[in-house]
Amino acid sequence: MFVLAELKDNVRIAPDHFNLKLVDAVRDEIDRKLANKVLLNVGLCIALKEIVSLKDSIILPGDGASHTEVLFRYIVFRPMVGTVMTGKIRNCSREGVNVTLGFFDDILIPHAALQHPSRFDEAEQAWVWEYPLDDGSKHDLFMDVGEPIKFRVSREIFEETSPIGPPKAEGQQSQNASSSTASAAATASAQEVKTPYKIIGAINESGLGVLSWWDQQGKEEEQDVEDGEDNTEYDNDDDGEGACEE
Amino acid sequence: METVNATYSYITNLEVMQILQQIKGTKKKWGMHNLATVTYEALQYLEESPCKTQTRESINSYLCDLATYRLKPHELLQMVNDPPTSALHTQLLIDDNKVPLTDEENEAIIELTHKHFSNSTTEPVQTNQQAQG
Repeated sequence: MFVLAELKDNVRIAPDHFNLKLVDAVRDEIDRKLANKVLLNVGLCIALKEIVSLKDSIILPGDGASHTEVLFRYIVFRPMVGTVMTGKIRNCSREGVNVTLGFFDDILIPHAALQHPSRFDEAEQAWVWEYPLDDGSKHDLFMDVGEPIKFRVSREIFEETSPIGPPKAEGQQSQNASSSTASAAATASAQEVKTPYKIIGAINESGLGVLSWWDQQGKEEEQDVEDGEDNTEYDNDDDGEGACEE
Repeated sequence: METVNATYSYITNLEVMQILQQIKGTKKKWGMHNLATVTYEALQYLEESPCKTQTRESINSYLCDLATYRLKPHELLQMVNDPPTSALHTQLLIDDNKVPLTDEENEAIIELTHKHFSNSTTEPVQTNQQAQG
């Protein structure tokens, strides 16, 4: 789920870091700039792996710092579409299930991509897989917060989040004095909600979903899964392992 | 900032974990809280994942043994990062639409997982006898 991205940048090293080895100073500057940030169409930057090459350091007029062009490789989190990953359920909402990996939070499994059939339980604020048993009754499998969940990446969405300009003036002019602050706050918050990197996942396949659905305890139910072809593989699974993660 | 190659190469979870552990070991510097945050959180995730018990040698030998199955690079990477421990799991990782995986091949792949990446609570012996019986 991680890739190495090769990037090139001009690194500015302030004079107070001139006592450090150039390599170390450059490494710190790059990490300071990129760690835990999302680069558009590249992914979530984690840490520097290696510096490939350094050009000559130059000093520009008016600035006492040195400028060095660096070619380096950075560890980036960017799972390929189609990868299967395991995360934890952060919360459920009407749109679907939000999954988190700890270091990356913006993973959504839309309700259309949940196991079919599923319903949203308002009281528990959780999605429930209504697993149909042989005798026609349903077994409710809850998706609770904190449960480990295996999902497949179906899409990745990068959004440009740099500031574009001042908020739209029309919205503010059409409101009267008392509600203008409210509308300004609303437009401001509507603009802020853009996430630079979002992953859309899916769990509508055998073996995906909350891990406990497919391990030993759930074995009796899963024997008769709708998808007939998978039964043969599962019948061989005598030690009842299922897809349990260690 | 110029992106020369956004996907220069793949990198296994084990390699990322080792690099992050190395970074964690160095002294904390001023202004590096972003790096510290993401290192800590990513390590938390990776240390709960299968790569915790892997080594370079075990991954190399695993890949050598998997060479007979003619898997695509992204399937191999997924299998290294999350070695399959059940038939269902293998089905998820390997796209077998064109050449369906037989039961024996599936068993053999699971057997390889147990052989190279030892898991404390699983029972590889039974699976082995199943495949041979």
